[in-house]
Amino acid sequence: VSVTKRQITVSVDRLRRRRPTDVPAPRRLPADERSCPRCQSHYRAEEMRRNKRVCATCGHHFAVGARERIEQLAEGGAWQELWPELRASDPLQFVDLEPYPDRVERAERGGRTEALLVAELELRGHRCVAAVMDFSFLGGSMGAVVGEKLARACERCVDRGLPLVVVTASGGARMQEGVLALMQMAKTVVAFELMHDAELPVVVVLAHPTTGGVWASFASLGDVTYAEPGALIAFSGPRVIEQTTRERLPDDFGRAETQLAKGQVDDVVDRRELAGRIAKVLGILERPTGLAPPPAVTWAQARAERAASVAKGLPDQARRLVARVRRPEDEDEAP
Amino acid sequence: MSVAARRGGRFVRRLAHRLTGAPETDSAIWDTIQLARHQDRPYPLDYIARLFPDFEELRGDRLFGDDPAIVAGIGRGVDGPVAVIGHQKGRDTSERTYRNFGMPGPEGYRKAMRVMALADKMDLPVITLIDTPGAFPGAGAEERGQGGAIARSMQTMLRLRVPSIAAVIGEGSSGGALALGVADRVIMLENATYSVISPEGGSAILWRDATKARQAAAAFQPTSANCYRWGIADAVVPEPSGGAHRDHDEAARLLGAYLSRALRDLRALSAAERRRLRRDRYRRIGAYREVAAGDLTAMAAGRTDAASSNGGAGPS
Repeated sequence: VSVTKRQITVSVDRLRRRRPTDVPAPRRLPADERSCPRCQSHYRAEEMRRNKRVCATCGHHFAVGARERIEQLAEGGAWQELWPELRASDPLQFVDLEPYPDRVERAERGGRTEALLVAELELRGHRCVAAVMDFSFLGGSMGAVVGEKLARACERCVDRGLPLVVVTASGGARMQEGVLALMQMAKTVVAFELMHDAELPVVVVLAHPTTGGVWASFASLGDVTYAEPGALIAFSGPRVIEQTTRERLPDDFGRAETQLAKGQVDDVVDRRELAGRIAKVLGILERPTGLAPPPAVTWAQARAERAASVAKGLPDQARRLVARVRRPEDEDEAP
Repeated sequence: MSVAARRGGRFVRRLAHRLTGAPETDSAIWDTIQLARHQDRPYPLDYIARLFPDFEELRGDRLFGDDPAIVAGIGRGVDGPVAVIGHQKGRDTSERTYRNFGMPGPEGYRKAMRVMALADKMDLPVITLIDTPGAFPGAGAEERGQGGAIARSMQTMLRLRVPSIAAVIGEGSSGGALALGVADRVIMLENATYSVISPEGGSAILWRDATKARQAAAAFQPTSANCYRWGIADAVVPEPSGGAHRDHDEAARLLGAYLSRALRDLRALSAAERRRLRRDRYRRIGAYREVAAGDLTAMAAGRTDAASSNGGAGPS
């Protein structure tokens, strides 16, 4: 058995914590003041907000809470939170190192109600529903509330003919809700199917980190998918992979830039340009006013109608197309 | 349960007791996990050999390669031709390595999707047999789009026009299992487990200690009885006394009996009805609280000034 030398890596945080005692401790930063982990530039709370939590010197993207993210997308415009009354429950009476309700209560104390915030807003003149995840609420994990809110968000989009903008930041399914959390993956895919049938666009923005069951469900199913610089995007995180396969992973494993090169995202977009890029896409994909399908019309109906109008006055081939499009099972679909 | 109860004969009383009796003890849950992983337990190819003797395996995803962790193909059983897709673990060391312990990469799920498309075209019911510790965690799998493959496999199953049945026959863990598990009917064998993550994985994440698998198993309670109570499994299929590994023929007979019955029920519905019910099935899953409108204190406290002044201004 050959023994290979492993590189020793020490987290910068740990080095800082174990500062020799004769060196004076650094001035404690007041709450909300942050210094950039990459270039040490220092920002006051107000500057951080104004810079959209991006380091003005090196472009490092800090984490953004859900409310602040919505404000960034609305750019000072009006927005309304939807379904804030939905809260986590504890169907398994789950206890790991502490009971699940205690974890939820502690997370709620910060003013957040769940790992997903849904709001209706106008993004540079485009009315849309935005569903934004908050990594600081139990690691942005997807439990029943996240699934339910996302399902309702899509249903509202279909009702009103609105596009959906999703910003993800999640460790994956919420372990504490067990197999019920796993099923939320399927629930969110069902929700996106409604958007598909209603022919409404879905823009997904992958923020740091988007992993596990969230990446393996709705986060992968956007019509247009952007990633924030440096965001980790993976089904299995690097730690799990290194433990399982003993592979030594490169530092850029699963990062947004790598995923762009591997064809998994459409572009890596700086947060300061994000609203503009989303607005551009919505502008292209938006239906002209007045032509949006009425909410009750299903995709199959619309398809049949379109085919019928195309076929009017056209030769046999097109009529056969209509006959094929109007399969009996499609007729059943009318609500 | 009702279907299984009518079909299972002498195994039913024990199973009924399990489903309706007191919650299982922690050690009973751990025993079930050992049974679900028993190396002599029938794997998809064992069931296929008994239920679909003329099975033709189809290989490759037509994009990159073939993944032996998933077997897929077509065959004719007592209910006519079907497509069968399952996680295959492997029984001895060399086969386990070849099958990657039943942990598929994206090629496996893309092969599954390809066979589902064939089934949809040729009007063959899709039967999936789930038995995996999870999708494979590897750098190559990630680069080739593991997450997207799982998501699209679920999407493909949701769009099927043909009837579909997913049976958890061993351990069903994480998105790697659910990728093949979005069906009209989801059933579990008596000693199968279904969970958000394997006990070992959960132990490493929640306890930060790989040795707490027993505690994790007790916390996840991934047994068939619990999944039936939570509405994750539509039915629990009894196993021969002592577990499916004791008698593969009998295990296959019991599973086959349920599949025939469920296929007959599903064929009575139209494609559109099946799809609507399939969607509803997943739309409904999930337990949450709704706090009263006056009790949004936590939320109100966290609002910034800008947000609360905007709060009423948006659309209702």
